[in-house]
Amino acid sequence: MVDVSRIGSLPAEFLTPGTSSFTEFLRLYSPELLPGNRVPAGADLGGLSPHATTLVATTFVGGVVMAGDRRATMGNMIAQRDIQKVFQADEYSAVGMAGSAGLGLELIRLFQLELEHYEKIEGTVLSLEGKANRLSHMIRGNLGMAMQGLAVVPLFAGYDLATGGGRIYSYDVTGGRYEEHQFFSVGSGSVFARGALKKLYRDDLTADDAIAVTVQALYDAADDDSATGGPDLQRRIFPIVAVVDETGYRQRDEQAVAQIVEEVVAGREIRPDGPVAPLR
Amino acid sequence: MSMQFGYVSPEQIMKDRADYARKGIARGRSVIVIQYAGGILFAAESPSPSLHKISEIYDRIAFAAVGKYNEFENLRQAGVRMADLRGFSYDRVDVSGRALANVYAQTLGTIFTQDPKPYEVELVVAEVGQTIETDQIYRITYDGSVAADSGYSVMGGAAEQVGRYVGEHFTEGASLEGSLRLAVDALGRDTDEPRQLVPASLEVAVLDRERPRRTFRRLSGPVLDSLLDRGGSDTPPQADSEGSGD
Repeated sequence: MVDVSRIGSLPAEFLTPGTSSFTEFLRLYSPELLPGNRVPAGADLGGLSPHATTLVATTFVGGVVMAGDRRATMGNMIAQRDIQKVFQADEYSAVGMAGSAGLGLELIRLFQLELEHYEKIEGTVLSLEGKANRLSHMIRGNLGMAMQGLAVVPLFAGYDLATGGGRIYSYDVTGGRYEEHQFFSVGSGSVFARGALKKLYRDDLTADDAIAVTVQALYDAADDDSATGGPDLQRRIFPIVAVVDETGYRQRDEQAVAQIVEEVVAGREIRPDGPVAPLR
Repeated sequence: MSMQFGYVSPEQIMKDRADYARKGIARGRSVIVIQYAGGILFAAESPSPSLHKISEIYDRIAFAAVGKYNEFENLRQAGVRMADLRGFSYDRVDVSGRALANVYAQTLGTIFTQDPKPYEVELVVAEVGQTIETDQIYRITYDGSVAADSGYSVMGGAAEQVGRYVGEHFTEGASLEGSLRLAVDALGRDTDEPRQLVPASLEVAVLDRERPRRTFRRLSGPVLDSLLDRGGSDTPPQADSEGSGD
């Protein structure tokens, strides 16, 4: 029975100490808000939501860069030309997603909040490893949806204050978490992007070099994968590029990215397949 | 509470409870919340660097409390949960200090009348606006009463004495340095003999109007030292010397 005199007061779940996780709290208080909790009946739902495609990340001296193309597709249609797939996770990390777009964006929103919530409740920030594990846990919670075609595959990268360098983590749909070294790519165009990254990556990249590497890789992905969008010079839609280093997260401003994209595109007019890597 | 035999009038019960809560709150040190040109400043004397009296709730909302730590910490965490839930279900701009102050008031009011023991806490929920006119400072007391303070708010410890000092020296739109010095001077006036507080014993934070998204920022270490740098003078700030911007 509802105790009328307590209406308007904070419900007991709010006042129960113990958890500093927002997801845990949602599970107690309003589980219907958890993305993975709505397992619908029926078989393949993959066609219901637009699909976000390619993400690339590469480390450089003192940090990490993450970039994503701007296309979302639904089957053979382009669902959105300027979707954002790369986001700030917190002060020192970036997160992006490929796969089912609606669910992915919701997961990212929850992940961002999860980190902020922990920070506020505990008065301290999680370690980079801790954040990566937390994301893994959240992806695992989505397994039921993934099995029905609504898979979300995130990419997580950040600056590790403990070791002083950029680190990249990739995931599978079951929540498996893998640390990647130097560079990585996910999404439908990732195979082609990774080929480019392999040839372009070097140990002494600066932040701007690293951005150029990611732009080249995305260009190659768009070249061979119809679901990945290339730079749209007519509409001025360029990849979203995030840089994380010891000063924290910043999204590279559109002007700077546009300049790098234009250089890359100009280079491709001379050699459409991109820069030549030395044979030996 | 003592065992009560026979009839005790409701007035007496409420009075006993209020006295009990007031006594607990007056035992600690004061917390000062004060508006300055660039936002809202929070200052407290805190014996521990990690057990906070001042905390972030949301983008533009902060929380300050005095009294029993476990009780206000519980309320603080509940406030963070409420704000985060609201921001997640709707949007970040839909989280308001007023709603939070209401819920705290309801909660404390219910606890005051129904629970075996009232909470010995007093809270401030402050929300920094786009302009100094739209700043909001809500003070919520142990029995669930809410007051919307303008300019500044002082609670806990020798609140009356400290508040009087702040009132005498407060000017609207003062600089951060000026307001901070005023707050620190005021915190040291809780006894008849003014004390000089060292920066290490202070807990200071601001809601900085100009910061994007999360406006809450703690001030400590070298930043706090340089803001408090008095240039060798020990005189309290003069009301007319604070107007200069920061």
